[in-house]
Amino acid sequence: MTASRSALLVLADGRFPAGGHAHSGGAEAAVKAGRIRDAAGLEAFCRGRLHTTGLTSAGLAAGAALGLDPYELDAAADARTPSPALRTAARRLGRQLIRAARAAWPGPELDALAAAFPRGAHQPVVLGVTARAAGLGPEDAAHCSAYETVGGPATAVVRLLGLDPYQATGVLARLAPEIDEVAARATAAARGGVGALPAASAPLLDITAEQHAAWPVRLFAS
Amino acid sequence: MSLRATARIAADADGSLPVLTSDGPLALRRTRAAVPGWTRVTVVGAMSAPLGGDRLAIETEVRDGARLRVDSAAATLALPGRSPEPAAYELRLRVGGDAVLRWLPEQLVSAHGSDLRVRTDVDLAPTARLVLREEQVLGRHGEPPGTLVSRLAVRRAGAPLLDQELAYGPGASGGWDGAAVLGGHRATGQLLVVDPAYEGAPPTARPLGESAALTPLAGPAVLVTAVAPDALALRRILDAALDELAPE
Repeated sequence: MTASRSALLVLADGRFPAGGHAHSGGAEAAVKAGRIRDAAGLEAFCRGRLHTTGLTSAGLAAGAALGLDPYELDAAADARTPSPALRTAARRLGRQLIRAARAAWPGPELDALAAAFPRGAHQPVVLGVTARAAGLGPEDAAHCSAYETVGGPATAVVRLLGLDPYQATGVLARLAPEIDEVAARATAAARGGVGALPAASAPLLDITAEQHAAWPVRLFAS
Repeated sequence: MSLRATARIAADADGSLPVLTSDGPLALRRTRAAVPGWTRVTVVGAMSAPLGGDRLAIETEVRDGARLRVDSAAATLALPGRSPEPAAYELRLRVGGDAVLRWLPEQLVSAHGSDLRVRTDVDLAPTARLVLREEQVLGRHGEPPGTLVSRLAVRRAGAPLLDQELAYGPGASGGWDGAAVLGGHRATGQLLVVDPAYEGAPPTARPLGESAALTPLAGPAVLVTAVAPDALALRRILDAALDELAPE
């Protein structure tokens, strides 16, 4: 498949209007708990998130881009997301993404997905179907998903801690080889079908998501 | 020499154990149940296993209408072996219609230098109930942990209910000790309660102190996830949750 490199840039661009900027990926709770205080803490957080939630999300996205059944993928995503706060966030992000995706790459698969999941499918599933609609492949979807897993928290921590944006970008650049590795693993797993998808999880992200959801005032939605 | 052993349990509704087969280091004993009407099995022999290269498994079948509690006499200690291969520990649990399984073993301790892959596969009938506790302790007192990868996959009526994999230690991917995963904690565990009665009225999600949370799953089940500085603090959190959600 000759994927369009530019379509990938459009989809992965932080300015793509899919609502991701409102979510910190657990970074807001980690900053409040004092677990992220500086660039080193951000890097350890992002690396852990990448190899857990990031791998799992990238697998779902790659699976959807390969054309695996979205219902099965969405059920697999539910089983991999014990936190209701995170399930709600994933579906809200899925709903926002599909709106932008249908405007950018209109087509029958996205229409069918939107009709099948009026409350939103899990975001990685929507991302994978969007990649298909944009003429991209499973590796592209996995890269996009894995990158979002760390890009979101890095941007959020710049705002939350007043961290130097150059340092935050440095964290992302240092993680780039591992993002490639996670995307490759996720894609290879997705080729084995829904039963072979990764299920890597992160206890603190699940625990703190519920704490964060109970805060009366917060800067980010999750 | 690395070893292979598969122990087997089958429990019937009349309280009998038509299958109770020990194998190698996995010695099973029928023990006295604290609650009338229940059958209890204790794993008494897994203390010094698994070593590197070992492949151990326990298969448990709780037949329709049976009520079975399985526990263990001591913590399971993963130790390095002579084989460079990781050790494997597989638990295959099937719970039938109107049957109940309480799976409450002691902790799994990942000793320095060990490398263990745990896989727990649970298949539940639609009317089955389950109480399952897992606790992982990273290293014996004051020592760095071994490598531990633990997958828990629960299917109910054939559909996925919970699927999680935890990976810690020197053989895990990076960031496992960072703020997203363990954040310096050395013990982590889960208590899963599956009960069709949750279908209408699931408990509400809530934090349990600073380092644990109670979360209703997408199906009729609740998961308590906890991290703690040590095994004792972890057990305190999970015991309180067990008393609240599924007292014996």
